[in-house]
Amino acid sequence: MITTPQEIITRMPASVWQPFDDPLDSGWAVDNFWAHWGLFSVGIIGFVLLVVMGFIWFERRFISPMQLRIGPNRCGPFGLLQPVADAVKVMLKEDIVPNLADKVVHFIAPIAIFVPVLLMFAVIPVHEGVGLIPDLNVGILFVIAVGSIETIAVFMAGWGSNNKYSILGAMRSVAMMVSYEMPMAFAVVAVVLVTGTLSLQGIVQAQTIPFALLLPMAFILYFIGALAELQRTPFDLLEAESEIIAGYHIEYSGMKFAMFYLGEYGGAIIQSALITTLFLAGWKGPFLPPFLWFMIKLFAVFGMIVWIRATWPRVRIDQLMSFAWKYMLPLSIVNLLIVALEVIWFEGDAVTWWLVPINIVICGALLTGWATFFKLRGGPQVES
Amino acid sequence: MEQLGTGESVAFWIFAVLGVTAAIGVVAVKNLFRAALLLVFCFFTVAGIYGSLSADFMAVAQVLVYMGAISVLIIFAVMLTRDLRHGNPFNRGWAWALVICAALMGLLVFVFIDTSWPTIEATQVEAVNQVGKDEATTSAIAESIFDKDFGFLLPFEIAAAMILAAVIGAIALVRDK
Repeated sequence: MITTPQEIITRMPASVWQPFDDPLDSGWAVDNFWAHWGLFSVGIIGFVLLVVMGFIWFERRFISPMQLRIGPNRCGPFGLLQPVADAVKVMLKEDIVPNLADKVVHFIAPIAIFVPVLLMFAVIPVHEGVGLIPDLNVGILFVIAVGSIETIAVFMAGWGSNNKYSILGAMRSVAMMVSYEMPMAFAVVAVVLVTGTLSLQGIVQAQTIPFALLLPMAFILYFIGALAELQRTPFDLLEAESEIIAGYHIEYSGMKFAMFYLGEYGGAIIQSALITTLFLAGWKGPFLPPFLWFMIKLFAVFGMIVWIRATWPRVRIDQLMSFAWKYMLPLSIVNLLIVALEVIWFEGDAVTWWLVPINIVICGALLTGWATFFKLRGGPQVES
Repeated sequence: MEQLGTGESVAFWIFAVLGVTAAIGVVAVKNLFRAALLLVFCFFTVAGIYGSLSADFMAVAQVLVYMGAISVLIIFAVMLTRDLRHGNPFNRGWAWALVICAALMGLLVFVFIDTSWPTIEATQVEAVNQVGKDEATTSAIAESIFDKDFGFLLPFEIAAAMILAAVIGAIALVRDK
């Protein structure tokens, strides 16, 4: 089904996408370390800012018909300039620091929340060999490690604000991130077992079948974990407006609040990019240029996330915790065991088409079976 | 140190100075929460030093384990502390503590300098660098831990069982029945 990137390039007409073809092979970028570094650093920052604005517009336009309304449509064609207007507004607002806040921590927190998001983009390949360090040999571990810094940043924001609602939000957030990181990591380990490499580029190259089909269980677990990591509906109770106002960023305004907003949507981009890379074969795809495929998959994954936001209600905190520990964690361990057995059975070459139906059947049976078990015993009951 | 390139040396010294400063800050700063954050920063600089020494897996594992997990535990412990307002305790014993710490530090430095560490010859450096380029350190570490004949598989499994027992014990202790 999927041809190699070389085939795609040869089939492709020399078009506007030519710059994305192979800057590394054409020579100048890889020879000059500083040129490569500068180009991709500036490129990543620009890409994140642009796609954040794109995502905000896309989310508002996509969710409004689902809620029987129109959404922003006044500012520019189709309301496309609305995010620009919002950005200007938020930059011009007054920056308020509470009197009793820990001022240094209050100042560093928005930076500490946005920097890891940018760092994670360094290892994402948007095309064969194109990225800041797309072939880092500990790539996926790097992403998980840098992602875990976010927990501390949230804590800093909550504590530094000296506000009881923000500390409540921060506590909820940390409890959630710590519990959902584990099933996510197990899902990633299943992918690494099949590919035998930690490099994100290697993982994409190994996907002659998209792993969403080959490892459906890992895909579903990772997707749910990503929703929790992003603090989006149905797991948005750490900034639940009706309960604790806005969670850990109540006391922020102006540009600092914009940094949190950027961090949130930047996180959405990075998780969509990771799902694309790990489970949807990254830049690969027929006919269209690789970078375009990458963007299409990115927006498709984000569309799913928005769709879920429009559909599901928010969960309670006890439901959240029991879902992570009693449902997702056991399933992720069982999934890891099954994948390991398959890899041993096929002697390391488990990327074969006829494993796809088997794995889908196993996934369905496990999901429904464990759900029944989860409902009968334990489950989200409030203990008296 | 002579074997490092200039870029790596610069990175090493930046991380070393920042790390020592942060470590001193942990004991000198009065605000407990800031002290915990400085400790997290110190962990980060240690990861940077691993990175400058080409130990990629160690650097990432340092960030993952210490910054992602241990620091959260520490911060939770700080928040459960009573009398947080009083902050880092200082009393008259600080002079004695300084003397004892300086003596311990001196002893450690002496041991590090005096020991004849097993180092590789200059001729071997080339070969090692070649291997390092071809293979990730991750697989080398995995092989030396999990190898069937020369690895530490049994100790590893025993450690895992021990940690599991500790977790179950903790749950059994706090569970109300």
